[in-house]
Amino acid sequence: MNAPTTTSAPSFSPLRELTLARLRIFFREPGAVFWTFGFPLLLSIALGIAFRNRPAEPSIVAVVSPEIQAKLGSNAQFRTRLLDHPGAREALRTGKVDLVVLAGPPIAYLYDPARPESRLARALADAALHPPGPPETVDTPVTEPGSRYIDFLIPGLLGMQLMSAGMWGVGYVVVEMRTKKLLKRLVATPMSRGQFLWSFVVMRAIFLLMELPVLLGFAWLVFGVGITGSLPLLVGISLLGALAFAGIGLLVASRAQNTQTVSGLINLVMLPMFVGSGVFFSTARFPESVQPVLRILPLTALNDALRAVMIDGAGPRAVAAPLALLAGTAAVSFFAALRVFRWK
Amino acid sequence: MTAALRCDKLVKKYGQLTAVDELDLEVRAGECFGLLGPNGAGKTTTVEILEGLNEPTAGTVEVLGLRWDRDERALRQRLGVSLQETHLPDRLTVEENLRMFRSFYSKGQPIPEVLETVELQDKRSSWTERLSGGQKQRLAVACALVSDPELLFLDEPTTGLDPQSRRQLWDVILAFKARGRTVLLTTHYMDEAERLCDRVAVIDKGKVIALGTPKELIASLGGDQVVEFATREPLAADEWRGLPTVRAARRSADGIALTVEQLHLALPAILARAEPLGLTRLSTHQATLEDVFVHLTGRHLRE
Repeated sequence: MNAPTTTSAPSFSPLRELTLARLRIFFREPGAVFWTFGFPLLLSIALGIAFRNRPAEPSIVAVVSPEIQAKLGSNAQFRTRLLDHPGAREALRTGKVDLVVLAGPPIAYLYDPARPESRLARALADAALHPPGPPETVDTPVTEPGSRYIDFLIPGLLGMQLMSAGMWGVGYVVVEMRTKKLLKRLVATPMSRGQFLWSFVVMRAIFLLMELPVLLGFAWLVFGVGITGSLPLLVGISLLGALAFAGIGLLVASRAQNTQTVSGLINLVMLPMFVGSGVFFSTARFPESVQPVLRILPLTALNDALRAVMIDGAGPRAVAAPLALLAGTAAVSFFAALRVFRWK
Repeated sequence: MTAALRCDKLVKKYGQLTAVDELDLEVRAGECFGLLGPNGAGKTTTVEILEGLNEPTAGTVEVLGLRWDRDERALRQRLGVSLQETHLPDRLTVEENLRMFRSFYSKGQPIPEVLETVELQDKRSSWTERLSGGQKQRLAVACALVSDPELLFLDEPTTGLDPQSRRQLWDVILAFKARGRTVLLTTHYMDEAERLCDRVAVIDKGKVIALGTPKELIASLGGDQVVEFATREPLAADEWRGLPTVRAARRSADGIALTVEQLHLALPAILARAEPLGLTRLSTHQATLEDVFVHLTGRHLRE
């Protein structure tokens, strides 16, 4: 055996090698690539189709006299069915029609006030049968970009993706390294623990710069979802969000001894935010009493900031509060994770 | 000779269980030192304390003249460690793994040379998951060698490997030692300890029960030949002690094992006594460290 040559100038930086290792391992795992890049696209396609804006559906009205049918039938807002009185009531009861109109006089409307489409049919039929007198009114239909469901959905999906990629990509991976004794092996080297943790942050930042164009480009090409505000601000918000969830992922992983435990913890942390942070529907749907709780969830802050910039074109000052919350989350979770982290 | 590693009155307790029980060790610079003992003897716990990966309950440890609590970073630069089982990332190549480990050290060996040392040049671009057991283990040792360490820790480096892979690893370890470097290894293979180690400490229940060169330990049996036999009518072990040059007698699995100094004198006497009792088998072998362990504990190493 040749006498070995000892080189003292390190030709590679640990942070670079650790980050490269993370990226290589990720891209060599097709499943992980799909869940990070493909899944949000599929979800946006599915939800975009399911909640696309449709032309107004006509109200279905049961009538018992041919004269009424003639009056309403010529109007595109209605589809009429001529039935006898008991048949019409039965159709209303089973939800097959929205409204029953009895000839009168006076004209009688049978409808179910608990069903919005039933109340709507009544109002429309009344307007058609009794044309409004003076004063004149003018109707202007409004469908502006930014008001569609998909415009609401895309920032939410982006926030959700930043959350799950951060939690799984950091939390799960760290615990897997612990169960495989790789963490212990690394600690047996002079590797700087700070650089090890930094490699996850750098990895998340690099990923973000790939995830963002994929989802936003897709949403723009397919659904015409644009960005009203500043793109650099949007990237900055996303980076801060990625950092906050990388920190939470690390905290969740800091003591877990096996991947089942950490999977449970990750789901436990993410589930309330999936539901309550306005990914798929507005947080305004929840009662006033839980709003303070929802407002301090990091994903709520992230989604609010992303929507403010993408839809309303908000500037940095308008999103300062959610950004401060995200920065605080990142700082506290990283600090706490470092304090309790189980290395050996 | 200076000590590369020393520990005094090392104790490690897990609740009621005492894994390491007032253990003293001294490993000299330039030697290959073996910790020998059955599973559960406390070998891995001891080694992990020496590697600074586990905290002792009591006792002191000094490695290369430094202490873990004061000089951890400096110490890690000078050590190479291979744990009992480490699952390196499945989808990094051999070379990528080595580059990552190399990057943690301020000095070390060029990667092509390390690959040559462990004979993995042809596998440099293979993912870890595609390597055989022996190749994985050589990669694990290579990760410990990239820093060109002064002291190398190997915890059961050849457990579970086929004979050829074991010999390949032995060559790597012997070449490292030939350069004047120090090795501390644990094993429960006697042949491995005899082949590689200058000195061994036999460990049982967290204590050192014998210490010396493999030759000295075997010589402590009083003879270097072992005669094993069985008879249809059994006779107590003590009945065989008086025969010429028989130094020790004990029951073995289904018969008697005698430690004998001079086979040519002992064997005729043994045969003369055993044949009337109905001799069913008889074999002899050179005494090994296994016999030393059985002699000391009454148990086999792999029980």
